[in-house]
This record gives sequence, structure tokens and C-alpha cells, in this order.
Amino acid sequence: MMRLNWLIGLAVLATFIAVPNFLKNYGIHLFTTWLVFIIATMGLNLTVGYAGQKSLGHAAFFGIGAYTVAILLKAGISFWIALPLGAVLCFATGLVVGFPALRVQTIYLAFATLGFNTAIWLVMRNEEWLTGGNFGINNIPRPSIVGISLDGNLAYYFFVLVITLILAALLAALLRSPWGKAFTALRDNPIRAESLGIDTRGYTLLSFAIGAAYAGIAGGLYASQVQFIDPALFTVHASIMMYLMVVVGGAGYFLGPVLGSAVGVVLPEWLRFAQGWYLFVFGASVVVLMIWLPDGLLSIPDRLRARRVARESSAARAAAAHSMGRGAKA
Amino acid sequence: MTDFIQLLFSGMATGCIYALAALGFTLLWQASGTINFAQGEFVMLPAFSMVALLHSGVPLWIAFAITCALSVLVQGWAFKRGVVDPLFRFGMMQIVVATIGLSIAIRNVVRAGYSAEPQPFPQVFPDKIYEIAGVTVSGSDIGTFVFALILVFAVQAFLARTVTGRAMQAVAQNTESATVLGINVPRMIFYTFAINAVLAAAAALLVTPTYLAKFDMGEGLGTKAFFAAIIGGFNNSRGALLGGLIVGACENLAAAYISPAYKDAVALILFMVVILFKPQGLLGTREERKV
Repeated sequence: MMRLNWLIGLAVLATFIAVPNFLKNYGIHLFTTWLVFIIATMGLNLTVGYAGQKSLGHAAFFGIGAYTVAILLKAGISFWIALPLGAVLCFATGLVVGFPALRVQTIYLAFATLGFNTAIWLVMRNEEWLTGGNFGINNIPRPSIVGISLDGNLAYYFFVLVITLILAALLAALLRSPWGKAFTALRDNPIRAESLGIDTRGYTLLSFAIGAAYAGIAGGLYASQVQFIDPALFTVHASIMMYLMVVVGGAGYFLGPVLGSAVGVVLPEWLRFAQGWYLFVFGASVVVLMIWLPDGLLSIPDRLRARRVARESSAARAAAAHSMGRGAKA
Repeated sequence: MTDFIQLLFSGMATGCIYALAALGFTLLWQASGTINFAQGEFVMLPAFSMVALLHSGVPLWIAFAITCALSVLVQGWAFKRGVVDPLFRFGMMQIVVATIGLSIAIRNVVRAGYSAEPQPFPQVFPDKIYEIAGVTVSGSDIGTFVFALILVFAVQAFLARTVTGRAMQAVAQNTESATVLGINVPRMIFYTFAINAVLAAAAALLVTPTYLAKFDMGEGLGTKAFFAAIIGGFNNSRGALLGGLIVGACENLAAAYISPAYKDAVALILFMVVILFKPQGLLGTREERKV
């Protein structure tokens, strides 16, 4: 199974390296958006999939990152200061948003984070002196790295790809560390985790904060990619879509966000001419998916294996019963 | 002072509509542990059903009656059989995600299949202005208030006074004991879904004349209904009414005295205060955590 995961991972990576070279600007734009949302939903996957905290306010962090980077870039501050600052700001906000999670769980937490998203969205829309209100911020510049300009779409794409890989590696390392085990313990049985001496308060807050920092970085990259942001990108609806992306891809599967972002962002953007119908099909598929595959698309291999194991063991049982029956006769 | 009372009253009229949706929310939760994220869309869909019927020349009250029947069929029976029943064994979050998907599907099928434009809707109550002790109130506010209160108290009375209603409460409190007592549990749960569907249709009738029928009209409504339910107490059906009235009134007052731009944050702030200091809600009772 580990080898299969590696093979899939390598195939995905090869696609991301090779395919955009043959695409026009729009295709590159789609691929860049895909990567940006992979980063954002990787963070959400940590909060939701691994630590089990139902967060429906992820687009708010995405927005905080995007606005931080946009405002600082417009003020003439370097991208290399703005992006980490956006991530730090999101980390700090994530810690604060995590506090309700210490008091309430599941659906209460979902609505608390959803409300937080509304609040941030209202600030983005109403505080025109800071965010430009409904008009948003335009002409956000692209960064350059050691003298190489990233103005070209392909150059920027590969820059985002490198950052995605770094962040994915960091997340993988985190999940393999004792911290990662603590997060899953938190998800599977918080009270038992607490009685085993895990600092559940700390880990709950951290799962929010790290997830938020990922969203912040994604938002910052997105602002520079599309060069224009407005509050409409960071609504409650956007948060709900991100949550669905994690669940559809497979919450708690490392590659879940890759698949989830493809169906949640790339396909609707590509099928823009039929967006209403696409979203109808998407919504209906989510219902069907919950009924048939509640653990997401990436749980299909596990399902198949579980079924094969069950079939083999029942065949073995049948054979054993058969031979026993013969033994008794003999 | 008259201004204040005027704002308070019109806010409470809106709050009554929240209360209708919130009451359906709490009833579903109590009876079947269902959190319905599509609650706002359950209000939007009847609104469009009425719009379509009105277009074909059916009078408003008949259109409302037909819509109630359709609503019970689609949002009561079909929703329960198609979405909630198969998901019941998986748990709450699966139902939440499925109803989120359902809300996206409903919203977009209306947008793509009917119209993305807001549809006008006739006034339900006489559009007159009354003056009572120096306070001016509109006829539609009074009508909304009275109609919604009658519905809420009718549901309360049904639950408290009739045998069926008491059986439904028994199912909500302890499903297993209810089964042992010979109560037809699936049927009682279906009744809850049917009541929710009718309440949603009624909310649609009251909210659409002011807010117009639009595919995304349910988005804010569903969230506020949930906030209202939590503020009042999620496991208490009287709480839904209290929560709805509080949210509606505070919103209207905040819009007038603080800032209309931040009106939508009021329900959220009330909700945060309540879950931080009294997570079971103003009228609710505490539930224990289990290992």
C-alpha cells in the first residue's frame, strides 16, 4: 500500500511538472489555482481530517492571507516579508478561533467558525479605507526571486509548485511526528487522549493555527496570482466549498486535497459556461457520496481491499468448513 | 422612544420568521438528530413553488395550500427517505455534509433551471400603516407577527396536548423507551419532518413579499435560524421562538443605532456570547459528554 501511495504521488507530481508546459495561459491559470487550493485544503485537512475539528471558516483565513499580502505589496513592502507575515497573522487568528473549540464541538463549532467567516467578510466589505470595500484591491504585483521575475504565468506557476511541495513535505513530516499522532488521537477519542496525558487544549488550538497558516500562505499566493481580490472570494460559501473539497477527496487522506480541489475548484472554473448545472451535479454528488462513500473518493482503494479481504477470509472459512466436514466423514 | 418601539416591533416580526425556521430545526434535531443545513433552501423552494403557481393563475391561498402539500411530500417524506434515513447510522457530520450538498444542489437547480433573477411576490397582508398609541406599525408586520405566533403556539399545543404530539416528544427524549411503549417511532419521526416542511412553507409565505424569491435567499436565513435555535436552547422548542425574537429585534436595533453594515454580525455575536457562557442555550438543558 505504501508503494502504491508513492506511485500515485509520483504520477501526480509528474503531471504537475509536465502538463502546464503544453498549456496556454488559461490552462496555466487553472493549474495554479489548483495548487493554491491544494495548499489551502491541505491546511483544512489537518484541522478537519486529522484533528477532527469541524471548521467552516477556512475561507476567512484564506482571505486574511490574501488581503495581508495585497495591502502590504501595494504599500511597497516586499513579497518575501508580506507572505510570512500573512501566514503568521493567520496562525495567530487561528489560535484565537480555536478557543471556541475548547468549549464546544461538532456542529456548534461548525457554526461558530462559519460566523467568524461572516465577521471577517463583513470587515473586508465595509472597511473601505483598508480593503477597498466591494471594489477590492487590483493591480497586485507579482514577486521576483533572486532577481528572476515571476511575472510570467508559467514562471509563477512553478514558483507556486515549489512552495506547494515544501509545504506538503512539512505537513507529511508533521503527521509522522508524535504531534501527528496526537492530532489523530484528538480526532478519534478526545477524552481518552486527554486521559493519556495529551494536552488536548494545546493540540486543538495548534490544529486550527497550523491549518490557518496554510490557508494564509495559499491566500497570499492567490492574491499575487490573480492580481485582483474582492470580498466575494472569501464568503461563507467559499468556506463551505473548501470543507466539501476535503470531505469529497477524503478527509484524513494525505492526497485527498489534490482530488478535492480538482472537483471543487478546477472543474467548476473550467465548466464555467454551465456553472449552475455543474454545481447542481456537484451538490447532488455530495449527497450520494455521503450515502455510499462517507470517507471520500480516496477511500475507494481501502474499501476494495477490505472487501477482498472479507471475500478471501470467507472463502477460507468455507474451505475450512468443507475440509472439516470431510474430516468428520472420514 | 416611539422609534425604539417601532424598530423593536418590526424586528420581532422578522424574528418570528426566523423562529419558524428555527422551530423546524430544533424539532428535527430532537426527533432524529438531524442538523439540516439546507433549512434556508427549504424556505426558498416553497417560495419558488408559490411563484410558479401564481404565474399560472392560481390564487395565493390555494397556491400556499398546494405548496404545503408539495413541501410535505418533497421536503418531508422524500428528504427523510432519500437523505436522512440512509445516513442515520453514520452520524451527525455525514448528515451535515449531505445537507450542505443538498443545499448547493437545490440552490443551483433553481438558478439554472428557473431563474437567477429575484422574482416579485404579492403582499400577503394589507399594506396599510396603523397608528397605535403614537407608534406606527405596518399591516404586514402585524400580519406576519400574528400568523407566525399562531403557528408556533399551534405546534406547541399539538406537541403538549395531543396523544400524537406526546408520542413525538417521547421519541425525541428516548427512542428506545418509546419503541418499548409501542409507539410507531418511524411514523413519529416522519411527522416531525412533515411539520418542519409546513413551517418552512409558512416562513416562505411570510418572508418572500419583503425579500423576494431568489435562489440564494435561503443562505442567510438558514444560518440565522440555526443561531436563533442555539441562542434559545437547542433541545427546547420554546427556545426557538425566544431565540428568533431576540435575533430579529437585536438585528433591527443594531442596524438603526450602531451600523447597518454590520447588521449580519449581530446574530453571530449573540451566538458567541451564548455558547461561551451558556452552551445549552437560554432555555436549554445540559447534555453530558460521553467517552
